[in-house]
Amino acid sequence: METTLLQLKTGKKAKIIKLEGGMEFRRRLATLNIREEKIIKKITSQPLRGPITIEIDGRRVSLGYGMAMKIIVEEEK
Amino acid sequence: MKILLMGNPNVGKSAFFSRLTGVNVVISNYPGTTVEFKQGKMKCGGKLADVIDVPGVYSLEAASKAEEVAVKMLKEGDVVINIVDATNLERNLYLTMQLLEKNIPVIIALNFWDEARHKGIKIDIEKLERELNVPVVPTVALTGEGIKELVSKIRYACPHKCRGCEKSRWNRVGGVINEVQRIEEKEHTVFETFEDLSIKPLTGIPVAVIILALSFLAVRIIGEGLIGFIFEPLFDLYLPVLGWIGNYLGTGIVHDIVIGTFIEGKIDYGQSMGLLSTGLYVPIAMVLPYVFAFYLVLGILEDSGYLPRLATLVDKLMHKVGMHGLAIIPMMLGLGCNVPGALGLRILETKRQRFIAATLMAIAVPCMAQTAMVFGLLGKYGIEGLGILYLTLFAVWAVLGLILNKTMKGTTPETFMEIPPYRVPYFKGLMKKLGMRIHSFLREAVPFVLLGVLIINILYVTGIIHFLGETASPLVVGMLGLPEEAVGALVMGFLRKDIAVGMLLPLGLSMKQLIIASAVLTMYFPCIATFVVLFKELGWKDLVKASVIMIFVSFFVGGILNLVL
Repeated sequence: METTLLQLKTGKKAKIIKLEGGMEFRRRLATLNIREEKIIKKITSQPLRGPITIEIDGRRVSLGYGMAMKIIVEEEK
Repeated sequence: MKILLMGNPNVGKSAFFSRLTGVNVVISNYPGTTVEFKQGKMKCGGKLADVIDVPGVYSLEAASKAEEVAVKMLKEGDVVINIVDATNLERNLYLTMQLLEKNIPVIIALNFWDEARHKGIKIDIEKLERELNVPVVPTVALTGEGIKELVSKIRYACPHKCRGCEKSRWNRVGGVINEVQRIEEKEHTVFETFEDLSIKPLTGIPVAVIILALSFLAVRIIGEGLIGFIFEPLFDLYLPVLGWIGNYLGTGIVHDIVIGTFIEGKIDYGQSMGLLSTGLYVPIAMVLPYVFAFYLVLGILEDSGYLPRLATLVDKLMHKVGMHGLAIIPMMLGLGCNVPGALGLRILETKRQRFIAATLMAIAVPCMAQTAMVFGLLGKYGIEGLGILYLTLFAVWAVLGLILNKTMKGTTPETFMEIPPYRVPYFKGLMKKLGMRIHSFLREAVPFVLLGVLIINILYVTGIIHFLGETASPLVVGMLGLPEEAVGALVMGFLRKDIAVGMLLPLGLSMKQLIIASAVLTMYFPCIATFVVLFKELGWKDLVKASVIMIFVSFFVGGILNLVL
């Protein structure tokens, strides 16, 4: 089932399906190897629309609430 | 020969740099930019070579200032040591691919080799060398493993045509990874468990409170220890020397300027206000120990990898005041000395963020010099006096931040940052960083204190202070409820706050007056050194704006304190 990174439950793994943003957004994410087809894990999210922390390739990355909204993922079973 | 050290942020580049170079390290700005880099020398093939620590970047797309500088430096280099994090090979190879496209000799240091082994990551070095067509040496910068071999292989680095350049970079990276890397699942280490605890809000916030409390406790204990056991005894030994110089000078203006006035028949380092007495004592014996302690603790926090977690936790709060979480780092630097704090503002991407951060820091973040003196003034009233002052400063920081964020055009970009794994700080690198920070503090602070004391003495002797006092007295006496003599201290505050607060000591002020005076002094103007740096960082237009805000806010808040206390 497709959902956004924002809605993905903490602790779940998911595959990135689509990045819904412009070139600059995609370029910025790509510098930390966040691309389509990559498997990520949601580690935690901060309260009050704070940043989301994910794990990708064994590394942690924090990204803003609005960015997480634009990352479409599919939960891994 | 020019050797460039290049790699992603957090790949142990600084530790590497410390290993390769000796003592003669210079930090400078890349011409025309505010991006800092370090330069040193090393022996390579019997000859001395320049080593340049290029700012850490994820790519060479020139999208940020650091990347622009990295691209420019690349054109001036003869060979690149590309430091690659073996525990995160895939992402790191993206930059490697870009370097290989640039037709410059590259040698790869596969750093954190030991950590990769622990994590069950197996990398076939020979295959990697064949795939990339450059020398690859596994290294552990922390222990020095592999560094000698790396240096001996620098001469084998040669430019070449990269294979399959027509394919997209990530595809090439994927191909290489499939060939050379195997990962076995391993159990979580203690560090990794703590990684989760320190970033989840429920446990992360208490962890942050404990870590910050312990840090400030450590700063106090180390600072006080240094003062009590080293600096005060040293200055006691120095006292007879001063007496001897004093006798030689005789009595009169010159004596009062150089040695200072006697307090109860003898020299008092805190109050005599002589160039060679108070002028040296304040920066060296009162402030330097705390600056040393502060940067030691901050260095450990930085190098352990904790700060990006703190930045994530406070990100929402910082967004409310117009910055993002990473701005917590320059703010904390500012608690040591506002000068490096102001320089640290460069990590913020937009001008708007830098302006807000600079203004808030200059107004409401007390540096160690201010903290030391405020403790001297208000310490005897215990938690009450200090509590009111610090709560006031924090309230000003938050309210002013909210207002600036609401009224200024534009928005704050969203946070996007890597959270590096926890690592044990590399001792030698830590000491080198501490040394450089202390050195720049002494270079900035001591001359300004001496100049400040000199100017204030001259103003005093010539009666200008008295005149200023009378002119400004309606404001100072009427609005702030301070005696006329306090004006001198406020004037001094333009040069050095620490001394200014020291000048208030002999006036016999009440607690209320001391709180108001400390608050106004802390807020109305940063010290000259910070002012100069802010001028360079912000430009004069923004600095004038910030200064107007500072003066207005400090008198406004001082007036309110006078009414409510």
